[in-house]
Order: sequence, then C-alpha cells, then structure tokens
Amino acid sequence: MAAVSLKDVRKSYTADLQVIHGISMEIADGEFIVILGPSGCGKSTLLRMVAGLESITAGEISIGKRVVNNLEPKDRDIAMVFQNYALYPHMSVYDNMAYGLRIRGLPKQEIDARVQKAASILELAGFLDRKPRALSGGQRQRVAMGRAIVREPQVFLFDEPLSNLDAKLRVQMRGELQALHRRLGTTSLFVTHDQVEAMTLAQRMVVMNAGRAEQIGAPLEVYARPATTFVAGFIGSPPMNLIPRDGKLLGIRPEHLEPCSESEAAIVADVDLVEPLGSDTLVYGRVSGGNGARVAARLPAASRVQAGKLALRCDPANMHWFDAATGKRIEA
Amino acid sequence: MIENRPLLTAFSHAVLILGVLAVAFPLYVTFVASTLTFDQIMSVPMPLVPGDQFLENYSQVLTAGSTKGSKAAVLTMLFNSSVMALVIPIGKITVSILASFAIVYFRFPLRNFFFWMIFVTLMLPVEVRIIPTFKVVADLGMLNSYAGLTVPLIASATATFLFRQFFMTVPDELAEAARVDGAGPMRFFWDVLIPLSKTSMAALFVIQFIYGWNQYLWPLLITSEESMYTTVIGISRMLVGGDAANEWHLIMATAMLAMLPPALVVVLMQRWFVKGLVETEK
Repeated sequence: MAAVSLKDVRKSYTADLQVIHGISMEIADGEFIVILGPSGCGKSTLLRMVAGLESITAGEISIGKRVVNNLEPKDRDIAMVFQNYALYPHMSVYDNMAYGLRIRGLPKQEIDARVQKAASILELAGFLDRKPRALSGGQRQRVAMGRAIVREPQVFLFDEPLSNLDAKLRVQMRGELQALHRRLGTTSLFVTHDQVEAMTLAQRMVVMNAGRAEQIGAPLEVYARPATTFVAGFIGSPPMNLIPRDGKLLGIRPEHLEPCSESEAAIVADVDLVEPLGSDTLVYGRVSGGNGARVAARLPAASRVQAGKLALRCDPANMHWFDAATGKRIEA
Repeated sequence: MIENRPLLTAFSHAVLILGVLAVAFPLYVTFVASTLTFDQIMSVPMPLVPGDQFLENYSQVLTAGSTKGSKAAVLTMLFNSSVMALVIPIGKITVSILASFAIVYFRFPLRNFFFWMIFVTLMLPVEVRIIPTFKVVADLGMLNSYAGLTVPLIASATATFLFRQFFMTVPDELAEAARVDGAGPMRFFWDVLIPLSKTSMAALFVIQFIYGWNQYLWPLLITSEESMYTTVIGISRMLVGGDAANEWHLIMATAMLAMLPPALVVVLMQRWFVKGLVETEK
C-alpha cells in the first residue's frame, strides 16, 4: 500500500488539444478516492495516466515515494479493473487470475494460495475452471477484481467497473467493493460518472469537468458546500436550483425548499410538473416573473401540490451564493 | 420460416438431387474408370460398375507411374504435393499473423503505407508476376527444390488482411490488461492473440492447403525433374497424346489419389473451418 501524489498533471494530445489541465492532489495511504465527472471530462484519461497506459505530458505522478512518470504499467505496482472487465476469453477463471503472477515468475504454490484466497473472498471458488463466457456479468466483474487482488498491488485502479451491470447488481457490488476495501485497505482510485457510486464509496471525491478538478473533498462536504456551479448542478438529483438574483447565482437544494405563505417566500414558482414518488413528491416549475429559471423542490409525500403558483421558503443557512461570471462559490 | 407446401418441397428436393448428381457423377465415373482395364474403358459404352483392376491400377501408379507417359511414382508425387500443401499454409499463417500483429499493435513510421503495399499485392495474382518470380527463383538456384515450390507462394496479402481485421476486433482493453499484468508484446501475442486466432488459423489452413495442393502453373514451370513433380503435374505429364494413346485407367487412379487428401482435410477440419469463418471467440 502506498500514498499517491499528483503534481500539476497535464495531458495534451496535440498543441491545441489539452484534455487534462493541471490536476494536483495527495492521496493518503489506504484512501478510497472516487473521480467523478460527466463523459469526456478526462477522468478515465487521468486514471490511465496513473496506470501508465497514457503518457504524462507534464507534471509528476508518484506512487509511494517513486516518481512513476516513465515506468511501464507493470513496474508501477498497480492493478486495474476495466469497464468491460477485459478478461482473457480463452483462459479459465483460475488462469485469468494467475496469469499476471505467472509472468512475474512466482512459485506455483504461492500463485495457487493467492488465487484460492481471492476466490474465497469473492465467492468464486466454484467457478475457477469456467471460461469467462460461462459466467454472468456480476461474476465476470468479480473475476476482474480477483485478477487485481491476487497481485497485492499498492494501488487499485477502477475504470467504471460497475457501469456494465444491471441496477440491482450494481448496488450489491457497491457494497462488496466497500467491504473489500475495508478488508484489504488498499489505496484505491475509482472512476465513475454515477454520483450515487461516488457518494457511497468515496472517502474523498474529485469532481472533474473539462479536464479540471472542480472540487476535491469528502462526499458530504462536496454536497453541502459545492465549490462551483458545475459541482452544484452535477451532484444531487434533482440538482441544485440555480436562480439568478442580484447579479449573483442563488443555489438551493430541492430538499431545502418548503411550501409557505406568499409573504415569507424566498421564491414563487409556476409549477408545471408534479412527480409523486411515494417517499416524497418532486415539484418542477419556473420562477415567477423575471427570468423564469427552472426550479425543483422535493416536498414531503403528504403535501398536496397542484399546477399553478407555489410559494417556497428556504432557511438562509441552506442558501449558497455563486459568482455569476466565474461560477465560483462566494463564502458568506 | 414455416411453410407447408409439399409441391415446393418436392421441387426443391428434385433440384438439389439433380445438383448432387451433376457433381457426383463425374467423380463416380472417375472412380469406376480407375478400376477397369484400358480396353474396358475404350469399349463403347464404358461399363458403369467398378471393375476388378483396383489393386493393379493403384499399385502400378503408386510405385511406377504410367507406362507410356511419365514414369514417376505417384507416391513420390503425393509426398511432394503434401510438402507443398503443408509448407505453404504454415508459412503463410506464420508470416501473415506476425505482419498483422505489427501493423495493428505497433506505431511505426509508414505503418499504413506498408499495410497498403501488402494490400495492393492482392490485386496482382500469381499469373501476372510469374515471369519475374520465375527469373528470381531460377537465379537463386531454387528450380526443382522444395524451397522453389513453396517460398514464392508463402507471402499472402489475403491472410495478412484477414488477421488484421480479426486483431482489430480484439478489444484494446485486453492488450492493456496484459500490459498491466506485465506481459510484453510478444508474450501478449503468444498467450492471448494466438489462442484467440486459433479458429481463423484453422479456416485459413484449410483454404491454403487446398490452394497449395491444387497449384498447377507454378510447379509446372519450376519442376523439370520427375522426382520433384507434384501430383497435379504428374497427371498432366501422363497425358501423352490422342485419346487412345492415354492410359486412362492409370490417369483416373492418379486423379482419385490427387483428390483424396484435400477432401480428407476438409472433412476432418470442417468443424473448425466453419467455426473460423462464422464466429470469433472474444
């Protein structure tokens, strides 16, 4: 296990096409970091740069105390889990896991011990002789993780490993990943575009947009105090309402809005869509008058709302202000 | 499609049976002729049931060829043909799989240029470049040798193209996973790509075996010694003149022998062959 450090890491393919615009962060030994962002924001590229599958244009990446910029993936002491698992189709589950160890020239008993151990952790013991095509999606996912575990690397790299699974299995694997991390305590970098995965798995998360790290922090902190309008709009479902007011942007989470009388209203909305979800009711509309920005509110299931005018208030402590031009948070 | 039209079924069966007869009847006649004596073949009409000369005819051609035409033993020719039909596909597969590996997985200057150069040779059949090829082989002193028979036919754009297309369908993550696992390029090639290409190789082997076995023009040009004749050449060398001068019973026996190995290869490797053409294990 090791700490990972990124110092002003940049990646450009050509002089004009820069995809990572300088990312710096320190990842502590044993930390579980999730890199979250929309498609094309450079999150996978960043992970692949840590893995050594993409070259680093500028900056420095070190794993442990070693600068790994010019090391081959195999020399970086990392293991990677790919989105489509990338299992060797012609090898059995056992051989898939043992392959990397055989190349390293480990003794047979050692390989066997490690594979058996990983198989029992991942409940794959009954499938060791099968070929990947005879496994379900969740089992393949586990084999891919097993291949990473047996290496006993300093860092695990996960590239959207759960996105090919169905919703139910994803929730289950999320839990298993958490348990696995608790058990092994290996430093992990996990790339995803799914905010629920990020919120539930991360000890700290990096929210990326267009090649920049918009915010780095613990999930709840990122949720409670988004650093930019991008983070505010990306995390939370429905996302934070951003309403232009006094030349700034007022941000309010949907769940912080509640119905009230006209006189104490923070905003009055023209409601045009009501979605009762059972647990609560989502209300969508436009701010009355002025610019008509879209707002969403999460109200208790019991509230009877109909299309039309709805006055909503919000505790000032739950209001966020952002600079309209830069999108940066303005601290109260 | 579910249809129940007995007339149509009967009609389509009739067409198919006619087709089978049209293909199978000449083969049958060849077999019958190879078991008759020369005089029986020459009689009109020729008998259509197998005669009693099977052993005589076959042992004659296998050991001593024909009596009037070429006297080279067909056994030697079968051996020559086998060498040719085995070395060509094995050589082709080896060379082209390595070439496509380089083209698909390595970035080197003029990579596409080289690929297109290989591809363009597809447009030049052997017959077009046969004179210069002959000159080169003759100058290298490879006439009447196994090397001369096989080497010029080994380079293959078709096979290179086939493997290139196959490699391009192998997900990049597989190569990356192998890199993370610590496998170098050749290790990846050997441990992952070769096993994945097994079925394509089998299909290619069958096609190229038949291609090598049936080569006519090239061996005709470069073999002048009887000991280097291939079976196909042997048959043509047994033809010495007019209809009555040819020993048809011996020629037909040789033809039967020439047909057997390709048929065997196709029958034995059929399962692999079809698999290689229709599915890829990924």
